[in-house]
Amino acid sequence: MDATATAATAKKDAGMVNPGDQISQFLTFTLGQEEYGVDILRVQEIRGWHQVTRVPNAPAHMLGVLNLRGTIVPIIDMRMRFRLAKVEYNPVTVIIVLSVHSASGDHVFGIVVDSVSDVLDVKASDRKATPDFGAAVNTDFINGLATVGEHMVMLLDIDKLLSSDELSALANVSTAAE
Amino acid sequence: MSINLEQFHQTFFEESFEGLDSMESGLLNLQAGGMDADTINTIFRAAHSIKGGSGTFGFSEVAKFTHVLETLLNEMRDGRRAVTPDAVNLLLQSVDVLREMLTAVRGKDAINHARANQVHGQLEQMLQAGAGTAGAVPPATSAHTHAPGTQDWKISFRPQSHLLKTGNDPLRIFRELGEHGSLRIDADLSQLPAFDRLDPESCYLGWNLVLESMAAESTIEAFDWVREESALNITSMQPGTPVSMASVANASPAAVMTAKTEGEAAASTASAVNAAESRATTRASAGETASIRVDISKVDELINMVGELVITQNILGQIGQNFDMSKLHKLTQALSELDRNTRELQESVMRIRMLPISFAFNRVPRLVHDLSSKLGKKVELKMSGESTELDKTVMERIVDPLVHLVRNTCDHGIEMPDVRRAAGKPETGTLTLSACHKGGNVVIEIADDGAGLNQEKILKKARERGLVKPDQQLSADEIHDLIFLPGFSTAEQVSDVSGRGVGMDVVRKNIQGLGGNVEIFSEPGKGARFTVRLPLTLAIMDGQSVAVGKEFYIVPLVSIIVSTIVKNEHVSTMANGGEVFKFRDEYLPLMRLYDLYGATPRTTDISQGLMVVVEGDGRRAGLFVDELLGQQQVVIKSLEANYKRVEGISGATILGDGSVALILDIPGLIRIAHQKKVA
Repeated sequence: MDATATAATAKKDAGMVNPGDQISQFLTFTLGQEEYGVDILRVQEIRGWHQVTRVPNAPAHMLGVLNLRGTIVPIIDMRMRFRLAKVEYNPVTVIIVLSVHSASGDHVFGIVVDSVSDVLDVKASDRKATPDFGAAVNTDFINGLATVGEHMVMLLDIDKLLSSDELSALANVSTAAE
Repeated sequence: MSINLEQFHQTFFEESFEGLDSMESGLLNLQAGGMDADTINTIFRAAHSIKGGSGTFGFSEVAKFTHVLETLLNEMRDGRRAVTPDAVNLLLQSVDVLREMLTAVRGKDAINHARANQVHGQLEQMLQAGAGTAGAVPPATSAHTHAPGTQDWKISFRPQSHLLKTGNDPLRIFRELGEHGSLRIDADLSQLPAFDRLDPESCYLGWNLVLESMAAESTIEAFDWVREESALNITSMQPGTPVSMASVANASPAAVMTAKTEGEAAASTASAVNAAESRATTRASAGETASIRVDISKVDELINMVGELVITQNILGQIGQNFDMSKLHKLTQALSELDRNTRELQESVMRIRMLPISFAFNRVPRLVHDLSSKLGKKVELKMSGESTELDKTVMERIVDPLVHLVRNTCDHGIEMPDVRRAAGKPETGTLTLSACHKGGNVVIEIADDGAGLNQEKILKKARERGLVKPDQQLSADEIHDLIFLPGFSTAEQVSDVSGRGVGMDVVRKNIQGLGGNVEIFSEPGKGARFTVRLPLTLAIMDGQSVAVGKEFYIVPLVSIIVSTIVKNEHVSTMANGGEVFKFRDEYLPLMRLYDLYGATPRTTDISQGLMVVVEGDGRRAGLFVDELLGQQQVVIKSLEANYKRVEGISGATILGDGSVALILDIPGLIRIAHQKKVA
C-alpha cells in the first residue's frame, strides 16, 4: 500500500511546478461528528476491533496491547484521547495501525476510531493553519485544516500526538489530577 | 567502477578481532613453553591478514604497526630468532595495542599514539638488536660449549615435493651428516597441508639443521644427490675466533636492551591487566552494529526445516480445497505435522543465537597470565566445557562478572607460592573454569585450590562495618553471602587487582539481572568454588500463568518459591496499612495483584484465592491471585519497543489463542508494594 501511495505521489510530484500545488494524501476517519486525517504514508494497516490486553496503571485512553503478527502494539482510544463521549465498539469500529517516528526510534501504535472514510488529496495551498486557541486548548498535534466539500478535516501530526513522551506526560497529568 | 569499501569494514573488524584473539591464545601457548611451528604460523597468519586488511582499507597506522610485528614474527617463524619470554611479552602488548587501535578506528576515534609509538619503538629495538645476536640460536644453544676447532654450519634444507619419488630419503642424508659431528634438526611444518589434501608420496617438510663439525666441505657432499631438487642454503655460523668475539660484543647491547624491556614489561603489565579487563566494556561501546557468525550447519538445518514447513503448507492447502468431513483425519495429521515443524523451526532459530562459551572463556588465560605475573603467584588454569552453548546476549553480559570472579580468585583465593608450600600444597595453584548444561540452565563454575574464604575475617569485617550485629550468630553460608554486600572487602591493602569493595555486589546484581544466581562453596584451606547458574536464553522462559478476574498474567517460574492457600487468620494488618501473612516461620508482606494493577478480582477473600510466594532481589513476598492456570514456556516480547516501560511488568508474551499476556517483574512489584506502603 505504501508503495502505491508513494508512486502516486511521485507521479503527481513529477509535474510539479509550484510548491503550493504539492499534493499529500491523507486517510480520513471519523470520531463522532468530526473528521480527521493522518498522513497515508504512516498507515501500516487497518483492521477490525479486537479485544486487547489491559496494561496496568496506564492512562485511560491507553486501552491496552494487541498482538500484531508477533509484535506487541499499544492501542489508543482516540475518543478518550480527545475527550469525546465514549461509545460502544461495534462492527465498523476499526483500528488504524500507524508508524510513529520519535527520538527513541520508530514505534507502532494502533488508534481506535469510529470508522474510516476516505483517502483525501490535499494541495499544500489548500491547507489552512490551525487557529490559535491560546493555552486553553492544545492544538499542537493538529498540523492544519483542510476543507472537503462542506466539512472540515483536521490533519493530525501523529508524531506529536502519539510519541511515548506525550503518553507518559499524559500519564503524569492524569495521576496528578487524581 | 568504484566500490564502497566501507561495507566490508564490519567484516574486517570482526575478523581482525578474531585474529587478535587467536594471536593472544597462541602467544600464551608459546609462553607455556609450547614452541612449535604451527603456533607461530597461526600467530603470523593472523598478523599478516590484519596487515593486509588494514592496508586495503586505508588504516595505514594499523598496517604500519602490524608490519613491524610481522617482521619480528617472520624471524621467529624462520627460526632466525629465539622465542624468549620477553619477546612474547612484547608481542602480547602489541596485541593489546593493535586491539586498541582497531577499536579506535572502528569507533572513528583518535588512536592513542603515545602507547602505540612506545610499543612500536620497542619492537623496532628488538628487531635491530635481534639482528646483532643472530638470534637464530635457541636459548639452549647459547649455553652450548664448542669443542675446540669445530665450527657451526647452519643448513636450511627445503626439498621439492617430489623428493621422495626420486628415491632420496632425507633421513639417510641426516644420518650421514650426523657422522661428521653433532647435529640438531628442526623440522619446518609450515608447508604441511590439511590432512585430507595430503599426498603421502610428497614431501612437504623443510628442515633447519645446525651441524657442529670439524669438517668443512664434506658436509655439503651429503646433499649432492638432492641439490637439484631442493633449495639448499649452507652458511657458516661461527667461524674463527676473531669473529665470534665480535658477535659477543654485539650481543651485549641486546642483553642490556632485554633487561630494559623486562622493566618496562613489568610496568606495563598493570596497564595490560586493565586493558584485558576494560576490553569487554570498550568492545560493547563504539558504535558497532551487532552481528553474529553462524555455523553453516545451523543455517542448513534451518533451510531444511523451512523446506518441510513449505511442504506441510502445501498439504494443508490441498486439504483446504474442496474440504469435506472425510478429510478431517488428514487435516489433524497435517496440523500436528505443522505443529512439529514450527516447534523445530523455533528451536533452530533460537540455536542461531547460541554461541559456545569459549567466547567468554577465551580472555581468561590472558587475564590469569597477567595477574599471576603481577601478583607473583603461580596459577595453572584448567578449562573444560568450552563448547557449552549460551545465548549471545547472556554471553555478552556474563563476561564482566566472570572476569571479576577469576580476578578475585587469583587475588584472594590462591596463596603465594611459599604459603602454599608451607601448607603442604604444590606451589602452583589450580584455577578450574568449567561450564555445562544442567536442566534449562548453564552452570559455570570457578573453583580454586587456595585458602578458601576466611570466615573469621569476613565476620570481623562485617561487624566492624556494622553489617552484622555483634551478638548475631551466622551460619557458614550466611557468612559467605556477606561478601556480596555493597562496599565489602577484606583485602588488607587495596590493590590494583581488587580490594576496593566494589565488585562482588555488582557481580551478583549482573547475574541476577540475567535471571541467574551465584552460590559459594568454600572449605578453609582447601579452596573455594563459585557456581554461577544462568538461563540458557533471555528470549524464552518458563512461566506460570495466573488469573486475576478476567485477566491473565505470567509469573516467571524462577521467582516462585511455592503456591499455597493461606487461612484468613494467618493474615494480619500492620500499623501502616500494609498486610503480612505467616509463611513457615516468618511473616511476609502480602501483595494483592488486583490492588496493584487495578483489576477486578473474582474474590478479595484471602482463603478463597491462592497465595504465590515469590522472591525477588533477595526479598520475599506473597502475591495474591484468583487461581493458578498452567505452566508453559513463553517467548518474551518487548513492551518497550512500541510503548514504554511499565513498572512491575517485564514484558509481554503471546498466548496460544493469539492474545497478549503480560509478564510480571517480581522485584519491580515488590518495590511498588514497598513504595505504596511508605506513601
